[in-house]
Amino acid sequence: MKTHVLLLAPVVVPLLGAVCFLLATLRPRLCWPLTAWVSPACAAVSLGAAIELAVTRSGHGPVTALGGLVRADSLSEFMLIVIGAVGLLATAASPAWLNAEIAARRASARAAAKHSALVQLFLAAMAAAVLAASLGLVWVAIEGTTIVTAFLVGQRKTRQAVEAAWKYVMICSTGIGLALLGLVVLNAAAAHAGVPAGLDWTRLVAAAPHLDQGVTRIAAALLLIGFGTKAGLAPLHAWLPDAHGQAPAPVSALMSGVLLSVAFYAILRVKVIADLALGPSYTRTLLVILALASLLLAASLLIRQRDYKRMLAYSSIEHMGLLALGAAAGGPLAVAAVLLHMLGHGLAKGSLFISAGRVLQLTGTHRIDQVRALASRAPLLAGCLGLGVLALLGFPPFSLFASELGIVRAGFAQGLGWVTTTALALVLMIAAMLLTHVARMLLGPAPAATEGELTAGAAPPRTGPERAGTATGIQNGGVATLAPPAIRTAETAKPGTELPASGLLPVIVALAACAVLGVYAGPLTTLLHAAAQAALTP
Amino acid sequence: MNQTAFVELLNLACGALLVSAVLILWRRQLAAIIRWFTLQGLALTAIAAILAADARDARLGAVAAGVCVLRVVALPLLLRRALAQAKANGHPLRETSPLVNVTASLLAAAVLTLLAYAVSRPLVQLSPGSPAAHAIPVGLAVALIGFFALVTRRRAVSQLASFLLMDNGITAVGFLTTASTSLIMELGISLDVLFAAAVLQVLTSRLRDTFGDTDLDELRELHD
Repeated sequence: MKTHVLLLAPVVVPLLGAVCFLLATLRPRLCWPLTAWVSPACAAVSLGAAIELAVTRSGHGPVTALGGLVRADSLSEFMLIVIGAVGLLATAASPAWLNAEIAARRASARAAAKHSALVQLFLAAMAAAVLAASLGLVWVAIEGTTIVTAFLVGQRKTRQAVEAAWKYVMICSTGIGLALLGLVVLNAAAAHAGVPAGLDWTRLVAAAPHLDQGVTRIAAALLLIGFGTKAGLAPLHAWLPDAHGQAPAPVSALMSGVLLSVAFYAILRVKVIADLALGPSYTRTLLVILALASLLLAASLLIRQRDYKRMLAYSSIEHMGLLALGAAAGGPLAVAAVLLHMLGHGLAKGSLFISAGRVLQLTGTHRIDQVRALASRAPLLAGCLGLGVLALLGFPPFSLFASELGIVRAGFAQGLGWVTTTALALVLMIAAMLLTHVARMLLGPAPAATEGELTAGAAPPRTGPERAGTATGIQNGGVATLAPPAIRTAETAKPGTELPASGLLPVIVALAACAVLGVYAGPLTTLLHAAAQAALTP
Repeated sequence: MNQTAFVELLNLACGALLVSAVLILWRRQLAAIIRWFTLQGLALTAIAAILAADARDARLGAVAAGVCVLRVVALPLLLRRALAQAKANGHPLRETSPLVNVTASLLAAAVLTLLAYAVSRPLVQLSPGSPAAHAIPVGLAVALIGFFALVTRRRAVSQLASFLLMDNGITAVGFLTTASTSLIMELGISLDVLFAAAVLQVLTSRLRDTFGDTDLDELRELHD
């Protein structure tokens, strides 16, 4: 009974939260200040339930609930922790972010409540995806995430945001449509092998050695490319930079930090069945192609990147490529490294997107070349951004160091030497580019407009508001927002000094957790290895 | 049901499915595209109903009724609403200049159909005696034609119709493999398609509000 409650909490609690926010939209002005902290509370309960579930069920086999619709093994439990941790990070930073948006009159209290309701539904859909017992329901939940996040991406209703939302829904639905075709084909193969209806995961695995090889080959390719679309892997990645660039900061953090990993979870599940039916070389070849294409693409588009949120988005494509490489290598150590990398990347990238959202609120621009000397203007924010990038690049002590090392070692050990070498070279290139871009934002010559310099006597060529005005003039031709003029001046002329520091607290905690994980994973190690085992030999 | 009558009816319905897909690719008038899309929904319902009658499967009969509600009533209604909004704003009601001209796209449809036959051979061989399995390539061809239309069309409404065309093809493959799925999965998939289409319809009107006309070639704000 207790297990069932813990199992369903990560889905049910966010749903209750969503109901609460939907009620709040009726009287938004009154209710928003009261409900603002409901979403972090829901996320904290979900994370607590996920951890408690993992602890109580440590060493046990899979458990099913709701008449076999829900099934959790160690892999699902680990994914619930990833969703809970990054969900808590993003939702804890949300109230500060949303209040700053409301203060700058870019959002209303009603919009904030709606935003929070959709975020809760998003979290529930992701938890449902990792708990679903059948691949069909995994598909339904993952397509469900596209539907609930569509309006989050297009929340600002500017030209860019609407364009990003359209591309996001169109490309993801098409890609996930390919996965549906793959499921239909796999279902045909399963029915032929005598599996009862419903694409139930356990039964599929049991019957996998008897699946028709030709049909399974078609199905596996469609499923990998289809779920790969949602995971941001190369051939159909085009939605990702647009959606991550335009979505509100906490949503970008969730999309990049967990949504991609949840889609990758589906790939891991499909890989088990395909490997049992076809032997490991088929999915390995496919995944290596997807991985190298993603890494190459990320490297080539980061060179001249001008938008810092898009820069982070391309870095997500890079990390998904690394996950694909690890999955291609296979073996318990590689998969454990892949899972640890999901968690580490989720924490680091989530922190970076939230910091980037504050940079946007502070400076009013998306462009790298218009953000200068952040280290002297907002030292705490600059510190978070700098440490986040170091974590992302895999510097020790952060956990991404350990996981990247694990993936690379597994790559060499499993005979993927050339592929791993190429990938490593691309990763180093990407690291150099990221460092250059971020160093420019953090250091660089100080902008003329800060008050500190005015008093220091360094006569600036222009005063603050004027400079801000020209900056928006440049933005219109570039990649920044196109809000109505009145809002735009408010956006840029308003100094960001009143942004509360509490918004950065979750970021600091997440980065600290990421560093601790790199040094001492503790009891998580047991879960990681159990999860890796579940992802290999269920 | 009489076996020959079953095979002939099934072939007729599959033929209608493919022909309507080609016609959707051929026509430029958005109103005509929506009309053919509705007829295709009928053909899909017919396939499900014929298979249900042949197998005397009440569950499949219920699924056929659901397909009818979704693909003959709900989705065309959504498309018509998007079209009506475009009309109210005085925007052109035809696909003005698709990336590939009519002749070339019809040729592409022929090539895609051949490709569908080549690719789906293992699927057909899975149950060689079943007449439904022999029609699987038709469903796959419809899905491929939908994908092709999706990448070459430039109007938001016709892209939406192409997306749904692709989905019709996938659903047809699902029916023709005659492998039953669980009802809850069927329901979830249908709801997802309906919601995705509804979201895209709302986004179509937002695109119109922000970009004026909904020629998607105008979407040039975001690129690298």
